[in-house]
Amino acid sequence: MKKLLILLIITSLSLLTLSSCHGTPGLTPFECPEVFDESEEIEITFWAKNDTNLNQVAVYKQAIADFEALYPNIKVKLTLYTDYGRIYSDVITNISTGTTPNVCITYPDHIATYKSGGNIVVPLDDLIDNEKWGLGGTELKFDSPTRSEMIPEFLSEGVIDGEQYALPFMRSTEVCYVNKTYVEALGFELPETLTWDFVFEVSEAAMAKNEDGTYKVNGQTTLIPFIYKSTDNMMIQMLEQKGAGYSTEDGGIEIFNDTTEGILKEIAEHASSRSFSTFKISGYPANYLNAGQCIFAVDSTAGATWMGSDAPLVDIAEDTIVEFETAVMTVPQYDTENPRMISQGPSVCIFNKQSENEVLASWLFTQFLLTDSVQIGYATTEGYVPVTKQAQSTDEYRDYLSREGEDNDFYYDVKLKATKLLIENTENTFVTHVFNGSASLRNAAGQLIENTTKSIRRGETVDDSYFDRLYSEMTSLYHLGGVGGHYTETVGELPAGAVALIISLCAIWLLIGIYYLYGLLKKLKYRDKP
Amino acid sequence: MKKIIALVLTLVLALSLASCGNTFDPAEKSEGVMTYAEYAAAELDTEVVIEAYVQATQSWWDNKITVYAADPDGAYFIYEMACSEADSKKLTEGTKIKVTGTKGAWEGEVEIMDATFEFVGAADHTYVATAFDATSIAGDEDALLAHQNELVTFKGATVEAISFKNDGGDDIYLTAKVGNTTIDFCVEKYLTGPETEVYKAVEALEVGDVIDIECFLYWYKGANPHVVGVTAK
Repeated sequence: MKKLLILLIITSLSLLTLSSCHGTPGLTPFECPEVFDESEEIEITFWAKNDTNLNQVAVYKQAIADFEALYPNIKVKLTLYTDYGRIYSDVITNISTGTTPNVCITYPDHIATYKSGGNIVVPLDDLIDNEKWGLGGTELKFDSPTRSEMIPEFLSEGVIDGEQYALPFMRSTEVCYVNKTYVEALGFELPETLTWDFVFEVSEAAMAKNEDGTYKVNGQTTLIPFIYKSTDNMMIQMLEQKGAGYSTEDGGIEIFNDTTEGILKEIAEHASSRSFSTFKISGYPANYLNAGQCIFAVDSTAGATWMGSDAPLVDIAEDTIVEFETAVMTVPQYDTENPRMISQGPSVCIFNKQSENEVLASWLFTQFLLTDSVQIGYATTEGYVPVTKQAQSTDEYRDYLSREGEDNDFYYDVKLKATKLLIENTENTFVTHVFNGSASLRNAAGQLIENTTKSIRRGETVDDSYFDRLYSEMTSLYHLGGVGGHYTETVGELPAGAVALIISLCAIWLLIGIYYLYGLLKKLKYRDKP
Repeated sequence: MKKIIALVLTLVLALSLASCGNTFDPAEKSEGVMTYAEYAAAELDTEVVIEAYVQATQSWWDNKITVYAADPDGAYFIYEMACSEADSKKLTEGTKIKVTGTKGAWEGEVEIMDATFEFVGAADHTYVATAFDATSIAGDEDALLAHQNELVTFKGATVEAISFKNDGGDDIYLTAKVGNTTIDFCVEKYLTGPETEVYKAVEALEVGDVIDIECFLYWYKGANPHVVGVTAK
């Protein structure tokens, strides 16, 4: 009896240890509690992204204050980022230490990697449909949108492997901010829809110089007619417009194809004449555009307040700003009858924790970010679009849209034009497949353009063999060359502590087994005795 | 006795010669490495190979690190150099490294990009630059450009404005008047974060305060030095 008791204790302890080892921080799948305990003091951390725009910071702070007033037992601690890459990197680091934030603004691509750890990210389907606490739930202290009041295209972007893991917070797309004055000065007329051919043709024409070395179009010594901010988006959109492969739904890598090579050759041609460059190589498109040193600046609609002669946000000396008319157009297209542009923007995910009450508090705050005041407040800081039909249809938002150009601040015409362009083109937007490794593939897509542009600038030969080497390099660097061209990077080696724990657990189980066998044999031996 | 004296003298001479062989010249370059003058004269978008001493680094992330480096003749800004986390911990002040990369210019900042590096030289052969007093040339952009990326001081600067990139904890933008010239300084959080003395000191400054500022002469559409020290007058 005594031995059996010891065996039971050892087994129970081992099971407890094993259960705590399941998933990195030892978390069990979240189940929504029946009651939200408002007597418990809860602090949740919220990692948020903004576009170096203090108005956005103010909206976040106001949202937190309003939420805390409704739920006094919840305190929200805000950490601000201006770079999605940094958020991604910090979350990955914090997953391994079990110190993820509660609520995090991020990209679905990144969530696909976070969730590969198991029980790290909370699936949202059950929460969304929960009668009490779900979207439009009966126990909420604020007016939350129902599922049907979310813009369906935007909501579906947060579905990963068939489950909803993210809610959209804001949506944007890329647009081309055009110095229309210079285009016309060069003898061209802007078409209804920009094409790549048109942009490259005008850009090459703009490279003509005066005898003193200045450019004819701007009279300055600096000019980069075409600058692209996010070259990953550039490549993704070009491939989508051409109907070429990028990836399959299950993570098959298709980007290294002939169409991609053709696109890169075209880019190389214009990088060679220096009529094309990128943010990473030369700098912010807005700075060049506003100084009259760029004609086509492609950037997010969320960067609209930085664009144009009268932009409310500027990063260059006032005396270097040039007067010109800014046209806001869709990104260049291959097929003007079937325009395609990326849907992007911040999404929100919730990280799992030991306390169900804490996770529920995180969910309540996440939903609060979908209320009209937060949605409209944040969307109007830049060229963002609210993600709920509820917010889009309010009188306040409609009035805002109707007042384009009334001032060069809140109603700044470039910002409102960018916003309207997305609203009018929602059905022309697309997203790429999300899977573990899609963030790496996205990086590779941009790097193909960056490397080709740099190589040309550095006088390297860019020919067929160059692209073979480039593809090989990208495949290796971003772990894109597994069986059938699938992403192959593992989450990473286990920490030494975890390895030691696993070894000791195995040893415990082995000892238990030996002890049990020994007992059994002994018993049999006694039984066999006459 | 004479023999002993001769022996002692010989030994002293031998020792002196041995120590002579170890004379450390921080300006010395290995075979195939550019002098600072050669680096400065190199065209943009060409490969450069330099040897320099780490003066400071920004925080490591994603297998890369940004380094402020110098030799006795000039300074270098090495942007997002490929570096393992383990090696990043060895990039301490004064450490000599050999860097191979491409010379580029980003918003006016001349830097080395796409760089790789190796540790070179003896561990005790370190060099830390002395700050150059740039107060008198604050209003002369060309003169400042000649000292781009160097550790410099601006003395008797009057604080005109302080703001944060986002909020407390992020970069601090410090605008100060040096002589008749207003300069936009930056407390770069990845270089001197909120836990550092300089960050706290700048955070506590008020408009009108007169200070000496020590900084790396970074460039962003004009002088935009990265602050590493402030002293109240």
